[in-house]
Formats: sequence, structure tokens, C-alpha cells
Amino acid sequence: MKMFEYMGKELFAKYGIPTPKGRMAKTPEEAEKIAAEIGGPCVVKSQVLSGKRGKAGGIKFPNTPEEAKKAAEEVLSMTIQGLPVECVLVEEKLKIDKELYMSITVDGSAKQAVMIASAYGGMEIEAQPEEYIIKKHIDPELGMHPFFARDVVRRMGVELRSPHGKEMINIIQTLYKICKEKDAELVEINPLVFSDDRVIAADSKVTIDEDALFRMKELPFVEDKSPAERAAADLGLSFVDLDGDIAVMANGAGITMGTLDTLQAFGGTPRNFLDCGGGTGREATAKALDILLGLEPKGMFINIFGGITRCDDVANAFKDVYEARGGFPVPVVIRLVGTNQDAGREILRSIGVEAFDFMEDAAKRIIELTK
Amino acid sequence: MAIIIDENTNVLVMGITGRQASFHTKQMLAYGTKIVAGCTPGKGGQEVEGVPVYNTVREACEKHRIDASVIFVPAPGTKDAALENLEAGVKVVVIITEGVPVYDEIDIVAYARRKGAYVLGPNTFGIVSGGKCKMGIPPNQYFIEGDVGVVARSGTLTYEIVGNLTANGLGQSTVVGMGGDRAVGLTFVDVLKMFEKDDQTKAVVLIGEIGGNNEEIAAEYIKEMTKPVVAFIAGKSAPPGKRMGHAGAIIERGKGTYQGKVEALTAAGAKVAPLPFEVPALIKEALGRK
Repeated sequence: MKMFEYMGKELFAKYGIPTPKGRMAKTPEEAEKIAAEIGGPCVVKSQVLSGKRGKAGGIKFPNTPEEAKKAAEEVLSMTIQGLPVECVLVEEKLKIDKELYMSITVDGSAKQAVMIASAYGGMEIEAQPEEYIIKKHIDPELGMHPFFARDVVRRMGVELRSPHGKEMINIIQTLYKICKEKDAELVEINPLVFSDDRVIAADSKVTIDEDALFRMKELPFVEDKSPAERAAADLGLSFVDLDGDIAVMANGAGITMGTLDTLQAFGGTPRNFLDCGGGTGREATAKALDILLGLEPKGMFINIFGGITRCDDVANAFKDVYEARGGFPVPVVIRLVGTNQDAGREILRSIGVEAFDFMEDAAKRIIELTK
Repeated sequence: MAIIIDENTNVLVMGITGRQASFHTKQMLAYGTKIVAGCTPGKGGQEVEGVPVYNTVREACEKHRIDASVIFVPAPGTKDAALENLEAGVKVVVIITEGVPVYDEIDIVAYARRKGAYVLGPNTFGIVSGGKCKMGIPPNQYFIEGDVGVVARSGTLTYEIVGNLTANGLGQSTVVGMGGDRAVGLTFVDVLKMFEKDDQTKAVVLIGEIGGNNEEIAAEYIKEMTKPVVAFIAGKSAPPGKRMGHAGAIIERGKGTYQGKVEALTAAGAKVAPLPFEVPALIKEALGRK
């Protein structure tokens, strides 16, 4: 779950990482009030879960509270990459002497968290050559210690005993603490700013591990999914919008990807990715079928190789939806093999549907039917 | 021979009294797996499918030799369950559970390394040594004994490909599910090394997917292998920036793409099947069989 910039900064501030003066506003009047409190040049930043806010005009630099009100009014009426701006962050405008980069994320290959840092942060971080990027893994059994932070700061070329160095040593250790305590799979500060003697997190990007939300109840909820993605997520399923016309349901991420690849290889275009694996029961599977039909596809392709998913559960769900709707409005092809396969096929036969044995035959058939 | 587990492996089922675990205990027993014990805290003294249930793993280990455990407990309790088995000295821990927090996974994997144990998963279908032993949830009828080793990140895609192998008369030495999550216990290279040494295995199928760089690292090792490798990579049609179900299956910043993986594997001498059902023909070709 991605967090808005202002939420990330609130989290940083709570943990003692310096952030710019200011806070979130939902109305131009609030923005004006905050700007007056700050009492000088400000920044008004749109709060949306997408990058490229600056390029879209979603960041403004008013000099007075009146200008801040006007800037907030403009930004609050914007839509950035399809996302309406619902709030802004009003902050002091920093004097920027230098921009740096810091993040901690999970490296799946190393099976460890990794600190990534650079003395050259800001907009162009991804274009920096490898030699300017510092990567240092955090041994989970050892944990985070001051020496680790000192070594990162040294490699960033910052004097350890300088005010900047001392603050950075604190920030590095704190970032890991946030990762562990909040189950953050990413915490990123870009840029981390030197402003006279201060070191300040001028931006924040925090992503909480969705699998850990059950134990992160005190965090604010952020909706970062489309309606269909949300409907599927509420059923415990994973859905991704694509732009074709054949709705797809399969059980397991790998086989779902393989199904999309196969459809595409034979000239079909998938409407979506929907993984209903992991032992999804009859009721949730039926609801998932309803989500797919709600997309108004030209056809629907169900590809099940049952392991923990049971073919009879899928067939019963299929039958439930079929009966509730008095048939399907579009051609539907189902391939059904694996655990409880015979029982599943018997159920399908009771409504006159014959399941396929092989994915390639089934894929070819749905493409034929939707041509 | 097979790798990791065989007909002599004594298995414990963790969380055996649960709905999924008891169903799959029955299936595993039917496959021939030697399940000697189950464990569910607070339910010791019961039996599930004739298997005695204990309160703790240590208690089970006092009564039986436990070579391997398969974990079916819900995600919030998975770390505790995995550590309990590792601490008790179990050398193979197969974690079926999905949705385990990634920092829990990191802790499990780190402790397993220290104990010199193998962890499969989290979020794996398990492991099957053809005709000998099955730990996990794959459907029994598609897994037969033979000389093809299979290693995969994804479960049902593996059934798909193993089903195709079996339909073409190609049995398996061992089918290894590493798990679909980011921080899982084994790497492709770990498993490829075991297959390279295993007498029974004559060829290997590697089932990968977009995201991460596991396949690229595997390609480096495949260059040194004497046994032929056939690969399938899922996610050719996936758009960048969209996570395809598995935590790892996402093309980020132009890395982990289908094309990059296929090029690395092909350059290493592996044959890449464009579609899942094209794998058996490539294996037959590699083994000089018709």
C-alpha cells in the first residue's frame, strides 16, 4: 500500500527525521492559513500516488498566503495521470544547497533489505551512473547499527563529524527502524536536502507491505487500486486491468501469466489478469466471475489446473453464476483439470458445458468464438 | 536418487488439523509420502488420517525422526511455525502459506541459512520426487517418476508443464517449487546445482517469470552445466509497472523483462520454449528421444 507524501512525512517526523515545516490541506482556505503560519515563501504540492507531479504542474511556489490560497485552488482542481487531487501539502520553501538520495527496500535476490544511497539525488537519480550509487545490504540477524550508517555516510563523501554527517547517521538508522516497525517494503527520501546546517527530507515515498496490513492497523488506509482491482482484492484475489477484449480467470499467478501469453500468441487480446488461485472457494469464485462479466468483455476464458483450488468448487461457482444470470451474455470457454476434476466436470455437464483438457485447445476456441 | 526428498523422508505436517492441511495430508498419504507426525498447538493427542498430532515440534521430534516439515498455518503464524521447525533441527521446511509479510520471510530465510536447512517457499506448491514423496498441494496424478528435473517459481504453471511432460511420457526426478514471493529460501542456482549432481536427473526444466534477476543469475550457472536445460518464462505479454500477482512478478525500471531473461538463457545454451506446451518437444530433442 502506497502512502501519500504527507503521510510519509508525518511518519518521518514521528520518528525524528527532520521534515520541512508545514502540513496537509484539503481547502484553499486551510492552505492560506498554513502559509501564514509558515510566514514566508512556500511550496504547494499536489498529493497523488504518481510521479511526475512537477511536470504536470502539480507543484507551485507561492510567496504570500494569498498566493498560496490561489495555488491550492488551482492544484486542487487538477487531475494528474487520471487521479483527481484531493489534498495538497503546504510547506516552507527550502533553501537547497545540495540534493542527495536515500532509500531502503527489499532485495529479493539477496533475501535481505538493502540501503541505496547517493550523493547525487533529485530528479535525475535513475540516470546516475552506477559508481555514484551506493548499495549496502542489511544482515537481518545483525540488524542496523551506527557503524553501518557511518560507512554509508563516508561513501557518500560527507564528513562524519559535520552537522550533516551526524544527522545522516541518525536518519539512516531511523529509516531501517521504520521499515521493520511498519513493515515498509520501501522508504525513500528523494531528495534529502542540505539547507545550511540542516538535513531535511524534502520528499517521502513509503510503501507498506500489503501482506503485513493485518498487523499495521494504526496506519491510515490509502486506496491505491482501481474499482475492479479493489473488488478483487476484497475477495483476496489479484486483478490487473489490461486493454484487450477476452476476460481471463486462472488459478495462480504463473499460470495466469502463461494463459495471457498463450492467448496473445494465438492472436487474442486479454482484457485482464485475474488470479483466483490459492484455494479460493465457491462463493468468492462466483463473485470473481461477476467482476469479469461486469467488464463487458467479448468473451471469457477460464483456465484451471487445480491443486489447492478444487475443480468442483470452480464448477459450482460457474453453475451458480450461469443459473443466476440465465446463461452467459458472451461466449465462455472453460478448461478444467486437476484436484476433483471428475466431480467438477460432472457439475458442468449438468448445465450442458463441456470442459477442455488442454490450455492451447481452449485458448484457440475462445479466440474463434470472439472473432 | 532424486533431490531434497525421497521415499525414506519422514514428514511432519504443521497445522495438520486445518481444513486445507487435513485434505492435503490425505492426498500426500495417497501419493506415498511417509507422514509420521502432525503438529497443531493445543490439539495434541488427536489423529488426522491416522497420523498422530503433537502440541509442539520438539514433542514430535522426541517420538519420531523428522526429516522434513510442510507448513499450512495462516500467514500471521507462519514465521513462528517455520522458526519452530528450524530450531528443532528439521532440515527441509516447505512453506505453502501465501501472504507472509516480507520481513518475516527474510528472518526465516536467514535463520535457515544459519541452521544449514532448506526452506521452500513461502507461497510454494511444494516439492515432489516422482513416485516417491510429495510435500505440498499439487494434484497427484500428473507427477510420475522419470529423469526430468523441474524447478519453478510458480505453482499452477508447474502443474501445466509437468502435466504436459507426463502426457508425453516424460516422468520427473524431482519437481521443486521455490515459491512465488520475493524472499524465498532457495534460488534457481541452488536447485540447478543439485540436479547437476543427481544421477537420476538427465535434463532440467526451469520455469521462471518476469521480474527480479533470478533467471539471469541462473543463466550464468547454466553455462557450466553438462545437463541440458529447457526454460519457459511467463509474463511475455505483461505490461511494465504492473505486478502480476506474485510479489516478484513486475517489470520495474526496465529490469526483469521477458526479453532480457530469454536472451540471457539462450546465450547460456538453454532452449527457451515460447509457450508452456512446447516444453516436452524441446526436452525430447535435448535427450535425443522421439
